[in-house]
Amino acid sequence: MKSYGFDGNAPQGLGRKVTSVYVYEAPVRLWHWVTVLCIITLSVTGYLIGKPLPSVPGEATFNFVMGYIRFAHFTAGYILAIGLIGRLYWALVGNHHAREIILVPVWDKAWWKEFFFEVRWYLFIERYPKKYIGHNPVGQIAMATFLWVAVFMCFSGFALYGEGLGTKSWAYQAFGWVISAFGGNSLTVHNWHRLGMWSIILFVMIHVYAAIREDIMSKQSMVSTMISGFRMFKD
Amino acid sequence: METFYQAMRRQGVTRRSFLKFCSLTATSLGLGSAFVPRIAYALETKPRVPVIWLHGLECTCCTESFIRSAHPLAKDAILSLISLDYDDTIMAAAGHQAEAILDDLIKNHKGNYIVAVEGNPPLNEDGMYCFPGGEPFVEKLKRVSADAKALIAWGSCASWGCVQAAKPNPTRATPVHQVILDKPVIKVPGCPPIPEVMAAVITYMVTFDKIPELDRQGRPKMFYGQRIHDKCYRRPHFDAGQFVENWDDDGARKGYCLYKMGCKGPTTYNACSTVRWNDGVSFPIQSGHGCIGCSEEGFWDKGSFYDRVTSIPQFGVEANADKIGFTVAGTAGAAIAAHAAVSAIKSTMLKKQDLQPLDAAAPAQNKDKNEEKV
Repeated sequence: MKSYGFDGNAPQGLGRKVTSVYVYEAPVRLWHWVTVLCIITLSVTGYLIGKPLPSVPGEATFNFVMGYIRFAHFTAGYILAIGLIGRLYWALVGNHHAREIILVPVWDKAWWKEFFFEVRWYLFIERYPKKYIGHNPVGQIAMATFLWVAVFMCFSGFALYGEGLGTKSWAYQAFGWVISAFGGNSLTVHNWHRLGMWSIILFVMIHVYAAIREDIMSKQSMVSTMISGFRMFKD
Repeated sequence: METFYQAMRRQGVTRRSFLKFCSLTATSLGLGSAFVPRIAYALETKPRVPVIWLHGLECTCCTESFIRSAHPLAKDAILSLISLDYDDTIMAAAGHQAEAILDDLIKNHKGNYIVAVEGNPPLNEDGMYCFPGGEPFVEKLKRVSADAKALIAWGSCASWGCVQAAKPNPTRATPVHQVILDKPVIKVPGCPPIPEVMAAVITYMVTFDKIPELDRQGRPKMFYGQRIHDKCYRRPHFDAGQFVENWDDDGARKGYCLYKMGCKGPTTYNACSTVRWNDGVSFPIQSGHGCIGCSEEGFWDKGSFYDRVTSIPQFGVEANADKIGFTVAGTAGAAIAAHAAVSAIKSTMLKKQDLQPLDAAAPAQNKDKNEEKV
């Protein structure tokens, strides 16, 4: 039967050997860290756009606080969106690990078996983890969900951005339909855009925790893999 | 058939006033001076287009607004004197006489009149919640609209449903475009709409005999193409980051941006910040209160008028995106901490067992594991 992970689970005892596999190519790693910076910028500025900082004193002419915050938000939004397009392109031309988080094999029984194995592992029912060169099935689902949320954030974000640019702008022409799809009042889109931000924050919390935990408990590299590209198996 | 110009002359409007009206119309439509002779020519040569004004489930604030139009020529010349042939609220005739006028209009101007609808038809109980002239309003609307050239949906009631369609909408009040599906419906939302906007839209339609350019949601672009926020005179304070934090603070006195007080200007398409109200005297933000977004779809059901991040009714309990977000993130943080603690305990326990010499515990474990796999 086809298998996605492999049992490197039970310890081989003392005197372990370290093997490494090249997993994440440079564009994937670049995209990952650019997206990290974008998400931090977008979340902080986005929060402040909905709940602005305390008022600044002085003449309006000499202040541009909200303007800079919004500028940072829009710029980071553009970078995130361009990054997403680049990442989707790389899924087509990159190695098969680049496709893992876009094409989840939900039609495959073996995949589901391993999915539930991973769920049991996270619930402490399984004693030893499996090892994966790429993502484990639960991680794969989480990444794919994040991608779709990010796509939604780009669509809703550019729709709201288009409102400010005006009805003749490219953003309004291309994404204005999103507002109509949400009933026509962009207040609804604002709310969903903000819920999207919170769902990404939730994702980041779980993502960072799971990566560090797997790094320690599965005896395989996670964090450094996204920097060097190599996954190390420490036994 | 009588032209507009002839009808105006008959009513005692001078040529001079007529030309003034043409320039005023061109200006209010944003068309520039080149259009003045074209409007005059259209009015002199085209047969006048009658307007039928219907009242459904509504509060008459649209009519109240309209009759206070600051440009009397637009209101009087085009509507009171010339084109407004039926309006059961302000016409002199009443009862059977009024209804006879309506029947004659439909018969004589078949396919050539404009129906302006104020309010909307309630559909529950076969439309019994609104029953003007011995007929459910929904029936009347369908009957009159059948031979109309186009419909104008006056105000938020006709455009979106407004307060009578707010949850739970007991009478099932339904906006006009969801009832009349085979005619163009021009939405002029607002509660009420700006009188000058109403006058200009109807003038455009009867003079040029065509529908103004509409946006995605069927509103005339010339008046609903920008948000209140885009042309707000307090916008520089928004960009500077200067907000009213309380109704009685220094920022309120200095006229800072009302964003934090829940102003809906950034999500509301209307002309209030440019055309303003009462002959251009003021508009809500200028009076120190945020926009409540009255010309937007479902504005009654979008949470408080005084919150920027508004509560989301779908969640049952009173909550907005940030409350939900902080709760979920906090819960997740606690869960992660707990999970990490259990993981650490498990890890320590395993390490104690696993680091024993190979011939002791580890092979036995491997054996068990392999048997399970088989």
